[in-house]
Amino acid sequence: MAPLRTLCRPLSQHIDGIAILPGRRFDFNCGRVTSSAKDACQPGFAFSATGFFCDMELIATPQSMFFEAALPLQSGASLRGYHLSFETYGQLNASKSNAVLICHALNASHHVAGTYAGQDKSEGWWHNMIGPGKPLDTNQFFVIGVNNLGSCFGSTGPMHTNPDTGEVYGADFPVVTVEDWVNAQARLLDALGIQTLAAVMGGSLGGMQTLSWTLQYPNRVRHALVIASAPNLTAENIAFNEVARRAIVTDPDFHGGHFYQHGTVPKRGLRIARMIGHITYLSDDVMNEKFGRQQKAPTPAALDTLLQSYKYSTQEVEFQIESYLRYQGDKFAEYFDANTYLLITRALDYFDPARAYGGNLSLALGRATAKFLLVSFTTDWRFSPKRSREIVKALLDNKRDVSYAEIDAPHGHDAFLLDDPRYMNVVRSYFENISRSLEGQP
Amino acid sequence: MNAHHTTDGLVSPTLQRIGELVPEGARVLDLGCGDGTMLAHLQKVRGCTGYGIELDDANVLACVQRGVNVIQLNLDEGLSMFEDASFDVVLQIDTLQNLRNAEVMLRETVRVGRFGIVAFPNFAHWPNRLSVLKGRMPVTKRLPYQWYDTPNIRVGTHADLGVLARACGLKVLDNFGIQDGEVLRFAPNLLAGTSVYKLSR
Repeated sequence: MAPLRTLCRPLSQHIDGIAILPGRRFDFNCGRVTSSAKDACQPGFAFSATGFFCDMELIATPQSMFFEAALPLQSGASLRGYHLSFETYGQLNASKSNAVLICHALNASHHVAGTYAGQDKSEGWWHNMIGPGKPLDTNQFFVIGVNNLGSCFGSTGPMHTNPDTGEVYGADFPVVTVEDWVNAQARLLDALGIQTLAAVMGGSLGGMQTLSWTLQYPNRVRHALVIASAPNLTAENIAFNEVARRAIVTDPDFHGGHFYQHGTVPKRGLRIARMIGHITYLSDDVMNEKFGRQQKAPTPAALDTLLQSYKYSTQEVEFQIESYLRYQGDKFAEYFDANTYLLITRALDYFDPARAYGGNLSLALGRATAKFLLVSFTTDWRFSPKRSREIVKALLDNKRDVSYAEIDAPHGHDAFLLDDPRYMNVVRSYFENISRSLEGQP
Repeated sequence: MNAHHTTDGLVSPTLQRIGELVPEGARVLDLGCGDGTMLAHLQKVRGCTGYGIELDDANVLACVQRGVNVIQLNLDEGLSMFEDASFDVVLQIDTLQNLRNAEVMLRETVRVGRFGIVAFPNFAHWPNRLSVLKGRMPVTKRLPYQWYDTPNIRVGTHADLGVLARACGLKVLDNFGIQDGEVLRFAPNLLAGTSVYKLSR
């Protein structure tokens, strides 16, 4: 596909324009990258091992690009005059051949690596993977993190103003798909002067975008790293998304998606959406290991007898797992946008590259020419190894270069954000080979 | 020594002899590919392409480090990921003796490949026979494990594999032994530490 011509300019030239957007008058953390960064860096869970590789050397600087030309969307609608927030790390080499694009999953952002100057605990969401000396080494590669359209971390989303109506989009923000995001990302690369990516990498929904890159822009991707992902969602997976969406939509504070005008936030719905999501990102074993049947706040008496009495209450928090889920839900509802949650889960549901090929994934992946690394985790039941193997098989059928690591990790879907050394080492080695192949280029 | 796990990128003479059965430019599937030494050798020397299948994490990493395509799978779960005759050659080097479903995998090898090459330690090699005559299980360079801690869940002889292949209705295109890095066609069942079969449907 030919690169799309775009009109764009850096946000710095446009900052006044954004300041007067009516969407900004609402007190949304989501609209401001800086205030949301703290949460955005923790899509994993609190007891994860991430943070071990705390790296203070890499200072991240959020940027924004304005795109004037309308982006045609898969739905037939289009998006006019939009911003994309992004960050870059490392140096683009002279031949512009060392760029790596990182695609984010449901609740993450363009803040992939490094920290924000002067802000504690502002690590990017994949900072254990990406940075100087990390598996994806920013001393070797020019890494780009980009926030997707419809998100709530700076790129144009439902909390912003529709230039056609002068009203906040709210529920009227057009449905965006994985393919639409990839097209938008391609425009950003055009603007950055990058024709070909050394690699695209993403986990979960980010892995879907990575896969889609190899199909939409096969000539622009040399390597694709698809982590803990799937060629589409199963019925069960769509079902989880639907429960989350119903929780939000039926919250009286949702107001049909136009809650901004009502000065409300459907926090109850968001909390429940996050709670159910969180359960599916973990494994039974890891939950039992961490929480088991522990009760909340043992009393001194209980510590003596080792048997704490129940409260015999149906509504109070009795078990630690309840407390943990409520905490995660509360935290999430403070910073995440309800319409964004609906949009992003819908993008997950719709992704299905085999659909246009009668469900035949091998035919669908015939377009891909990139070399692939796939990684899955044995206890991930939301994006199970079986789904990754389907992609591997389709690539084998097309005689594509592919390697596949199935990591026997206990942490469920969230394992892709954690530090399992087998996982990290495979990714590191894969990038080292890419780096060597770049050096070999004229 | 396990013929496949030569490590440090050096290709043993045994692997070189087996590699000579693989046509130039062949598309190869290496079942139980170890650290990828053989595939890297075939890519470099014979211009082959292909994939290794490996279960062990350290070996998977070694393959990725070497730039060899590797798929992490348990062979005991079968080869359903691979279509019929989708490879020119399927290698099974020192793998058969570790598999529960050896017979199924033998059939799968020739289903997925136009032909298969199976190599494994020959239990009927005379030093092994001598050891058993003396009443003890052999511990040799080729079979270096004690009987109680061996990863080989079965032992077989050069003659045995011929019988099994024919019982499975497979064609034996060629068979020979390898001893001291040399092909041995005279009395391989007695004189060779490694048994090699070239099989097809």
